[in-house]
Amino acid sequence: MNEDIDINVEYLTRVEGHGNIVVNTSSGNIETCQWQVVEAPRYFESLVVGRNWKELHHITSRICGICSIGHTLASLKATEDAMGIKISRQDELLRKLALHGENMQSHVLHVGYLVLPDLMNVGSVIPLASSHPEEVNTVIRLHRLANDMSKMMAGRTTHPQRLIPGGFSKIPTVEELKDLKKKLAASVEDLTTVAELLVQLSPGIPDFTRETEFISLKSDGEYAIYDGYNFSSDTGKSDVHDYLNITNEYEVPQSTAKYTKNNRESYMVGALARLNNNYDQLTPLAKKVSEMFGLKPMNFNPYMNSVAQVVEIVHSVEDSMAIIDELLEKGLEPQKDFHRRDITVKAGTGIGAVEVPRGILFHEYTYDENGVCTKANCIIPTNQNHANIQLDMEKLVPEILHKTEKEIELTLEMLVRAYDPCISCSTHYVDVKFVK
Amino acid sequence: MKQKIKPKVAFFDFAGCEGDQLQIANLEEKILDLLNLVEVVSFREIMKEHSDDYDIAFIEGSATNAHAEERLKEIRKNADLVVAIGACATIGGINSIRNKQNHDEVGKRVYGDNAELSELYISWEKAKPIDAVIKVDYKIHGCPIDRDEFLHVVESLVVGRVPNIPGYPVCVECKLNENVCAFERDEFCVGPVTRAGCDSCCVNEGTRCWGCRGLIDKPNEEAHMEVLEEYGLTPEDVMKEFDLYFTWQKEARENE
Repeated sequence: MNEDIDINVEYLTRVEGHGNIVVNTSSGNIETCQWQVVEAPRYFESLVVGRNWKELHHITSRICGICSIGHTLASLKATEDAMGIKISRQDELLRKLALHGENMQSHVLHVGYLVLPDLMNVGSVIPLASSHPEEVNTVIRLHRLANDMSKMMAGRTTHPQRLIPGGFSKIPTVEELKDLKKKLAASVEDLTTVAELLVQLSPGIPDFTRETEFISLKSDGEYAIYDGYNFSSDTGKSDVHDYLNITNEYEVPQSTAKYTKNNRESYMVGALARLNNNYDQLTPLAKKVSEMFGLKPMNFNPYMNSVAQVVEIVHSVEDSMAIIDELLEKGLEPQKDFHRRDITVKAGTGIGAVEVPRGILFHEYTYDENGVCTKANCIIPTNQNHANIQLDMEKLVPEILHKTEKEIELTLEMLVRAYDPCISCSTHYVDVKFVK
Repeated sequence: MKQKIKPKVAFFDFAGCEGDQLQIANLEEKILDLLNLVEVVSFREIMKEHSDDYDIAFIEGSATNAHAEERLKEIRKNADLVVAIGACATIGGINSIRNKQNHDEVGKRVYGDNAELSELYISWEKAKPIDAVIKVDYKIHGCPIDRDEFLHVVESLVVGRVPNIPGYPVCVECKLNENVCAFERDEFCVGPVTRAGCDSCCVNEGTRCWGCRGLIDKPNEEAHMEVLEEYGLTPEDVMKEFDLYFTWQKEARENE
């Protein structure tokens, strides 16, 4: 058994946002074991109050730089739900491509730039650029492809422009879509290389399990990302409009971060939750990659979230090619640039739910008869994961107390990192006192 | 700046979405060029290592509380050059929308009855750009920043040149891109008073200029008058009608 342990990771690195890990033990007894969130408050639910419906998606996109397309789409869906606006099948398919592009970009960034260094025993991807140039270049190529795809659909890779209420201000051309499909098909080789590299490194993924509840969108027709109903691995399906019944935000005395819970003390959202809930709907190659890692439902190892992301990248590539085929077979309905839908503004409340890289995301807005927002609520994936991270840490620490302090610290850092937490968005309303 | 072959640079973030630092990852293959120019000694988002020995500090996000002020003063002490990156850092950005809302209301909307639960929720009444707290040497504007402009600034600073940041309005670039003017499409646009340098990227994609690069230095004298006159507007009209990103700058102008 170890001597007293005092781990205080202030500002965990290689995650988006600011979080601390604090563990103290004395004579083998755990005195403190906390995942703390120390992001500055940003008050988005207040920023949008008093603003016009045309601006809301532009403002809430800024909740997160990495998943700005996802926030924009949740926002647009909430506005469209409130005003009874339906979008065309073509626009729905193009929006799915935008989401796939962003999910790929975010997952490649996380697995390739943030997780890989742990598995290769370095502090960042920077030394890998000279020690493993080929691998790093493969990751960069995949990242660029995902970003090019996001830009083609959304107009910009970060904080999109083309996505507007009721559809798109500008759509890609047939030639651009054909070219994208070719590039996606060609990327399978790079993806296979990355998957094989990770299989080799997978003994470095900690073997830890804790049974928990998984919540994601689910759809009868496909692996849900843009549409569907809420699904819990414990309590089954529910309508997205009842999202408050599954999220149940609450406060805890040892942290000012809002936690969520449904059937248990915590639940998990994100790639692993989606894979556990919707495995059968993955594309064939994605399933094959999942099998390479022995990953199948139900998997209760949170560290496998990064592997689930790799599986999802492959799924996004294959599904995007199928979507492009559908668009091209039907023939792309032409649309003038600077397009704008005629929208009849009305009062109402609407909900938008989409799957973004880190899990299920909800936006809810209420508008008055002039289309001015009077109330907003956003429930972000990482927020829904905080309680699960905390409970994982409480089970994990006693299991690894025999290790050195350095090893324990790394194992805990890797745990939080596996969730790919996006702390600045999850805690746009949270601040925490520093424990030193 | 100290005479060194490869300047040491560090990245820091405050209240923001980290979308500007993401643009550095989005440089893709050009990241390798960047690493040839500078030595990155601290970048929490992507690396575990950290050092307080740096020449240039890049700062993203707005300052919103006393802890941020403390950290910023420390950074200013350590760095020869401080560069604010992105609208939150350069002009207060989206965060500053709340500056004209009632601060108690802002807290209540988010925390409900627990708005005053603990001192931990304390935030300044106003979200501030970095130069409201410490001296800033250069600003890279935008929400998010433009990757090529970022590289241009780094390259300039490395050789000791002053970076070239446009002072004219977005309309100039938009006209060159031959876009249909937003006013002609019955949209409201702040391109006539917003600093260029983005190549009018939002209008190119079918929307309008939202003002993320901030006001030009002298909106009343240097606005794109041709467009404004055509639609019977003055620079003041534009700033009054639409101020998504301008809250802090407008207040500063009023206090001048």
